[in-house]
Amino acid sequence: MSVAKPLPHDSARQHVTGQARYVDDIPVPRNCLHLAFGLATIAKGRVTDMDLSAVRAAPGVRLVLTADDLPFANDVSPSAHDEPLLSDGSVHYLGQPLFLVIADSHLAARKAARKGEISYREDTPILTIDQAMAADSRFEDGPRIWARGDAAAALKSAPHQLSGTLEVAGQEHFYLEGQAALAQVQDNGDMVVQSSTQHPTEIQHKVAEALGKPMHAVRVETRRMGGGFGGKESQGNALAVSCAVASAITGMACKMRYDRDDDMIITGKRHDFRIHYTVGHDDQGRVLGLEFVQLARCGWAQDLSLPVADRAMLHADNAYRLPDIRIESHRLKTNTQSATAFRGFGGPQGMLGIERVMDHIAHDLGLDPLAVRQINFYDETGATEGDAAQRNVTPYGQQVTDFVLHDLVAKLRDSADYDARRAAIADWNEDSPVLKKGIALTPVKFGISFTLTHLNQAGALVHVYQDGSVQLNHGGTEMGQGLNQKVAQVAASRFGVGMESLRITATDTGKVPNTSATAASSGSDLNGMAVKNACDLIRARMSDFLGSHLGCPADEINFAGGLVHAGDNVLTFAQAAQLCYENRISLSATGFYKTPKLQWDRLKGDGRPFYYFAYGAAVTEVVIDTLTGENRVLRCDILHDAGSSLNPAIDIGQVEGGYVQGLGWLTTEELVWDTTGHLRTHAPSTYKIPACSDRPEVFNVALYDNENAENTIYRSKAVGEPPLMLGISALMALSDAVAACGASYPDLQSPATPEKILSAVQRVQDV
Amino acid sequence: MDITFLLNGETVTLTQVKPTMTLLEWLREHRGLTGTKEGCNEGDCGACSVTVQDQDGLHALNACILFLPQLQGKAVRTVEGFAAQDGTLHPVQEAMITHHGSQCGFCTPGFVASLVAAHSNGARDFDDQLAGNLCRCTGYAPIIRAAEDAAEAPVPEWLTDALPSAVEEPEREPLQPESSDALARLYAQMPEATLVAGATDVGLWVTKSLRDLHPVIFLNRCADLRDVKVTGKEITLGAMVTMRKMRDVMAPLHPSYGEMLRRFASTQIRNAATIGGNIANGSPIGDNAPALIALGATLHLRKGEETRALPLEDFFIAYGKQDRAPGEFVEKLVIPRQADRLKVYKLSKRFDQDISAVLGAFNITVKRSKVSAARIAFGGMAGVPKRAAAVEAALIGQPWNEETIANAWKAWQQDFEPLSDMRASARYRLDAARNMLTRYFLEDLGAETSVLAVRP
Repeated sequence: MSVAKPLPHDSARQHVTGQARYVDDIPVPRNCLHLAFGLATIAKGRVTDMDLSAVRAAPGVRLVLTADDLPFANDVSPSAHDEPLLSDGSVHYLGQPLFLVIADSHLAARKAARKGEISYREDTPILTIDQAMAADSRFEDGPRIWARGDAAAALKSAPHQLSGTLEVAGQEHFYLEGQAALAQVQDNGDMVVQSSTQHPTEIQHKVAEALGKPMHAVRVETRRMGGGFGGKESQGNALAVSCAVASAITGMACKMRYDRDDDMIITGKRHDFRIHYTVGHDDQGRVLGLEFVQLARCGWAQDLSLPVADRAMLHADNAYRLPDIRIESHRLKTNTQSATAFRGFGGPQGMLGIERVMDHIAHDLGLDPLAVRQINFYDETGATEGDAAQRNVTPYGQQVTDFVLHDLVAKLRDSADYDARRAAIADWNEDSPVLKKGIALTPVKFGISFTLTHLNQAGALVHVYQDGSVQLNHGGTEMGQGLNQKVAQVAASRFGVGMESLRITATDTGKVPNTSATAASSGSDLNGMAVKNACDLIRARMSDFLGSHLGCPADEINFAGGLVHAGDNVLTFAQAAQLCYENRISLSATGFYKTPKLQWDRLKGDGRPFYYFAYGAAVTEVVIDTLTGENRVLRCDILHDAGSSLNPAIDIGQVEGGYVQGLGWLTTEELVWDTTGHLRTHAPSTYKIPACSDRPEVFNVALYDNENAENTIYRSKAVGEPPLMLGISALMALSDAVAACGASYPDLQSPATPEKILSAVQRVQDV
Repeated sequence: MDITFLLNGETVTLTQVKPTMTLLEWLREHRGLTGTKEGCNEGDCGACSVTVQDQDGLHALNACILFLPQLQGKAVRTVEGFAAQDGTLHPVQEAMITHHGSQCGFCTPGFVASLVAAHSNGARDFDDQLAGNLCRCTGYAPIIRAAEDAAEAPVPEWLTDALPSAVEEPEREPLQPESSDALARLYAQMPEATLVAGATDVGLWVTKSLRDLHPVIFLNRCADLRDVKVTGKEITLGAMVTMRKMRDVMAPLHPSYGEMLRRFASTQIRNAATIGGNIANGSPIGDNAPALIALGATLHLRKGEETRALPLEDFFIAYGKQDRAPGEFVEKLVIPRQADRLKVYKLSKRFDQDISAVLGAFNITVKRSKVSAARIAFGGMAGVPKRAAAVEAALIGQPWNEETIANAWKAWQQDFEPLSDMRASARYRLDAARNMLTRYFLEDLGAETSVLAVRP
């Protein structure tokens, strides 16, 4: 069986030889035109005059479009129809597209786009959380509030109370491949679009709206992305729609890609949050009552902010049983880039809130934070009925029946030698006045499923050709996560053939319709199952025929090792396919899958939004310099639950990469806007994702052997997002190191840049 | 301009190319070689990395800020040119597959180029070799495993190019002078020209500011500007000495300077960037100037036949304003030889390839427990690289102890009123600068103060 083998990425050879094609690498048709946006230079106001004569006169410019020139819908929002492709005259953030340049070359378009003479009537922008709260600037009519038990009463009667505030950093995706699209109008006016997108169906939908056509007139193809991380779930709409509209108008192929600075200034990022907490706890650190206020800065348009903020609430418990809790969530509208999906989708922000609470309680009591975490864990046993089940229930009413963190953490604690190292660090710090070390172990419990329940479906289209080769289509997109390879391993296993028999294709809305975004870590769960179902349909038809043809029971026909065993007959898979073809057996099938057991009321915050949970834990050790705040991760040990892994090599890659991305989120990656709303960190020169030497010098990553309790594809678990939150252990380790500098709580904020660390050190030393 | 170079082993001759066309744009838009990627177009992500072989060997460079004329007479290889003709992969390519070193694959061609260069040179300091290549997917661990696995494999013989001989080169190009004398004559005649040395800064004027530079004079063929001379009295560095070479020169003499240059930009940038460019562009956050000021370096300028020398700190007049006349260029730097008391502290959000929030250079001499001399200079603390004159005065003649350092507290505010920006706040800059003096003192007493020295 191909499943569970650590095969390399299916495109690995093309990657290392430069043959792997991304949108900007596709050979373009003759006379292809290139697009660029002219951008707003203020954060809020109205355009009073737009003089584009210099733009039109610039060398190589064919056409310049404004909102008035758009033939149909001027909207690229994935949700609330509140995101015009080109400004309707109102400006909502600095960087908002105002006009579209269509020129002979990428460079000509970029140069011309800077020549617009725009006059504005400026308004005072709402940029910060404080400004938005003061102005009551928000999405939805008020805060969303979920409660379970009686948090206020529990807080009041608790032996200890604590409160605090944590700034949770935003994050730029920094996919290495910027947003890109290429559109070519067809002879009947239909449109074919190549897009670097996680969501081809959404591109199809928005392009159809913009062209005033039904969805059947638009075909979207995505071979691969150079990274996505959520940043290509909705943010590619503007480019694809621009290319399609421009192609429809000019009759030429049109291509658009953002320069890196434009990409960072135009597109949304991870939501930054401020989280207030008030917690009541007992002498052992057990949480008795807890109130969270989550303030999410959503930017100017709704985009995916509501489900992101929901998921932050859904992960406010992380791994902990919190019987009396109240969570209040504000979705604030600001004149900044529209914050969007980013790996974890609000989960990391919510989870960081409760991990901060655990850290604070432990400091207050002088306990090992790990002990406080463990005493608050959900129960290990998966009782589904009775009092035990009622105990193991999340703040949103879902029973936790697959909790494995007691065992997983115990194993990690042992393998990482946590206790001895913690003691050694304390000794080391005694003798080290300038440098201080810290260590922390933090767990992850992450809910798997789209919280918008209808998205939990997928389709596939599988063809077996008469020579026994198999073509594989599904609705998921490849962004580096190895989805195609995992799904191909499923198909190979179903047909009992080698990987060389399979051909993975580009995702194509003409092959599989009505797909969901490849998001929420769901790619292999959903598409793997849809492909399995398609393969099984074909296999059943082949078995039925071969059984009757060769005279053996269909259910005794076995597909393995490239062979089909039917009673005493042994055929190669190719011979079997040929025989089926000659006997007019259909060798093509669609597959479909929908996740079972889901039921969710997001307004009440009650039900079962998740099919299951994925788990993991990390131990991070750091060292800080108390003179400058400079710091470094020395070692990280991770044990992560990917269920029965479909491909352990790919899954470990997700865990390693996710951890480092989470580490960057909480340390070096700082987004800075100035007081006019200008994002000052809009290039890698100023926005610092982890570099090679930032990874832990010792980096031990292992998968936790744990078959999924639910019936997922080969009992595997989703692995895209959960590991990012293992990076929280780095922030907590830094907090531990700062705590070694004095008596008071470090109150370390994120991202923990050297400046924030030095500030925390000074706070701890002064008090 | 007309130029000739080798591309993946084949001779390419281009006539009348736009001097500021980048190699990346030419590869992708004109040559149809799309394996080399554009990730940032400013030399910070490394997705565009290629290898360039010249008389100094084979090195990785960023194609996005490399102008075609800089390739004159050199041999370029892109990701399409690392495997053998028969498809046999380079050992680092093979190892990248085996160790799952690619996920989305977009950064991979650049990583492969950097790894090929490192492999060819036998380099094992992979974190430094790859500091200029960003990967957002893997967390780097599998790439390092691949690099280590391939390290022992022999360098494939197909990789080394025979450089084009002078005979094959086109007519001598007037805007590519071949000596400092020729440059001096040319620049005096056209003082409006932009000088291009390594193009690691000027490149961004083209790719980011979208400026049309004209005329442009390329310095890459001025061989004598690359001269390095170390005597018992002084170190002389020609303006075209690269940061790679500079690191080799300085590391043994002033190890802390060498350590700063290890973290200066990235391997690709150090392979292109020059000391002359780093000084002449006048940046208040260029990392060499404070260190050189602390060492008492002298800057030598030339215009036509006229030359003059001045203390480096006097070159920087105000933000964006240097003491350089039209048609005048940086010819060389001279650093006096001295006992090594220099410490250079580079402070940034990320250790590698990051512009300093603060860079402090301390050169303090202690005789009989008293400070006998002090040269302290900073980058990032003012509109120019600036000496901490008041702090120096507060130290000189005083006992070398904590009390003296504490007594200098107020002097810092006299010397510096730093700004707040996206790299750091004014308060942090001042606090960190003060603490750097404490670090220098503690290090002098033998304390360990660098997190980089701590092992797991």
